[in-house]
Amino acid sequence: MTIGPDSVLVKYVKNRFGPSILDTIIFRDEVTHLIKRESLAGICGFLKTDPLLQFNFLSDIAGVDYYPQQPRFEVVYHLYSIPKKHRLRLKVKVEEDEVIPSVTSIWKGADWAEREAYDMFGIVFEGHPNLKRIYMPEDWDGYPLRKDYPLKGYKDRYNPYGEERK
Amino acid sequence: MSNNEEIATKAITLSMGPQHPSTHGVLHLLLDIKGEKILRANPDIGYLHRGTEKIAENLLYHQFVPYTDRLDYMCAMSNNLAYVLAVEKLLGIEITERAKYIRVIAAELSRISGHLLCIGAWALDLGAMTVLLYAFREREMALDLFEMLCGARMTHNYLRVGGVRYDILPSFKGKCLEFVNLLPQRINDYEQLLTENRVWLKRNKGVGAISAEDAINLGLSGPNLRGAGVKWDIRKDEPYLVYDRLDFDVPTGESGDCYDRYTVRIEEMRQAAKIIKQALEQIPDGRPCVDLPDVVPPPRMEIETNMEALIHHFKLVSHGFKVPKGDAYASVESPKGELGFYIVSDGSERPFRLKIRAPSFVNLQAIDPLCRKGYLADVIAVISSLDPVFGEADK
Amino acid sequence: MGIVDNSLEGVVQFTTLEDIINVTGKTVATIAKATKMDTVVDGVVSWGRRSALWPMTFGLACCAIEMIAAGCARYDTDRLGIIFRPSPRQSDVMVVAGTMTKKIAPAVKRLYDQMAEPRWVIALGGCASAGGPYNTYSVVQGTDLVVPVDVYIPGCPPRPDALLYGFLQLQEKIRREMPSVFARYERNRV
Repeated sequence: MTIGPDSVLVKYVKNRFGPSILDTIIFRDEVTHLIKRESLAGICGFLKTDPLLQFNFLSDIAGVDYYPQQPRFEVVYHLYSIPKKHRLRLKVKVEEDEVIPSVTSIWKGADWAEREAYDMFGIVFEGHPNLKRIYMPEDWDGYPLRKDYPLKGYKDRYNPYGEERK
Repeated sequence: MSNNEEIATKAITLSMGPQHPSTHGVLHLLLDIKGEKILRANPDIGYLHRGTEKIAENLLYHQFVPYTDRLDYMCAMSNNLAYVLAVEKLLGIEITERAKYIRVIAAELSRISGHLLCIGAWALDLGAMTVLLYAFREREMALDLFEMLCGARMTHNYLRVGGVRYDILPSFKGKCLEFVNLLPQRINDYEQLLTENRVWLKRNKGVGAISAEDAINLGLSGPNLRGAGVKWDIRKDEPYLVYDRLDFDVPTGESGDCYDRYTVRIEEMRQAAKIIKQALEQIPDGRPCVDLPDVVPPPRMEIETNMEALIHHFKLVSHGFKVPKGDAYASVESPKGELGFYIVSDGSERPFRLKIRAPSFVNLQAIDPLCRKGYLADVIAVISSLDPVFGEADK
Repeated sequence: MGIVDNSLEGVVQFTTLEDIINVTGKTVATIAKATKMDTVVDGVVSWGRRSALWPMTFGLACCAIEMIAAGCARYDTDRLGIIFRPSPRQSDVMVVAGTMTKKIAPAVKRLYDQMAEPRWVIALGGCASAGGPYNTYSVVQGTDLVVPVDVYIPGCPPRPDALLYGFLQLQEKIRREMPSVFARYERNRV
């Protein structure tokens, strides 16, 4: 089953939200829409409830750091529809000091995924009920998955091989 | 003191874990309790956060396979599978038929070994130690089969981009058939100990129930979602490898309680045995790897006898292979649920970003809604029934 | 020391002190004449310590599964007197099974402090021994940075046989310990 430009995932969504969709990529049978940050909540709400799309399952939220590019971060949403059995990917670009609307009110499962993106990248989700670090201890300094954070971390009593803190 | 005067109980916070024998690893739960009733369960995870995703960004594509073993260490083959499928999707390569069948067998064997451990540990937590010992007896048999495949018991590093590392031994078929023929009887043994057991029913039936709608909304997947009555299995709905050619059922529950999750897992083991049996019958002859010199190193014998092959092997191992620019997401039905790898490639030999969609991580979100209004003792049953693995949940 | 030790090895069930003396084949008086009393006591004490090593059930990661496997049907550590206990108060040896992260390190230290003396630590697997494959920002590079370790078991994860061998090595180490010397040292220190 290959997905062409006439697919409901591409054409239908584009017709509905033309100006909010900055770019659409079809790569390896996967549809990706790059959308504007402000329209994220509106599009997600529509995708979940529309009878033709029915994206009721939020698979995952991933952060990507494109340092030193501008805007720095990208938040990637993987959606799946259990009744329709199709997938869609949404991407939103975020600047380091910008906030992004939370989708926890649409999919409850977004809660921890957004906390993870906050913990690892420092991306702030506006409207999240409990935006705290999830993996790292509360007093952890820095965001480990950022490209300018060293893999070995900084030197401390538990890791003598870490890098010196500047 | 009059009889109808209520005894005042104060709400307190109880810290459970990270060292607790029935938290399946290093889960830390902050329980707000009033008497025996749970008001709120607040999971605190990250005690096993090892930075796997950061490691991936610093390794060649083929070097990352061993790290996937250590994600969901109870069923390592499924993790291998999800990762290599994602890389193969990015590369756009199709593997050989024989490799597909071997992968199916390996993945289903690991499903059996994972579920056996889940059921065994669950029974142990609820006080039925015998089941754990029985389950481990069969798990050791499955691990023996893994040893025949790749020489390792738990962390296999068996699947590689482009196929599998070694072809199966001629004696493997017989041994494997022996195991899958024996397994259903052994599962009957566990069922005899648990399914109709009064204590087991009391501890699991009606405990930690969730509706189908809530389960989908929370992002549950795998047996936890199917236990709530949603018939969604990636092997059926988005078939990968050769699952569309194999005949198997997807068991579902009705009420979404712990007991339904138990029956789903028991039935899934039976179906996995059925799948392995069919795969062993249908497996064709051929190469275990695709013939793509860019991705797959030459066979071992050639490396030892042929200079070009040796150089080629060296180049591939030290420099890796380039992957086209773009991003891809591949997911498999792992024993815990939807296990997905999202890889962003910038066209180099290393992933630019690798994100693991770990089913245990998402499933753990359900602890609070499942435990609320329940009793303290039910928390144990709920944790066991969600079957979290912390290597995967914490990454 | 050799005579006393060899005669105390084995599977004989001791119930009373008198039994122990009888089995050694000599009376206390003769042993005391031949050797020092301290040596006899040391032998008995270390035999007692090493024959019932109770490890604490504390799984951190992958290695914990192999630790459970070692305790279950096929490998069965129970036959060596190694019975897993869920509480640090009841256990003699802590098996650090798996990757120790910076977040859990304080908890491990605390559990170690909660164990009663004498206590031993086994670092199971590459991660617990030296960080293993995870030289990253969140992983402690070896258990010995947090608690003292007696036996290191390499492997990723080590097979259950390796864990059993590790236990035997620890028993050997305990056999050589001289509790009386240690006690005298402690007494003099105070």
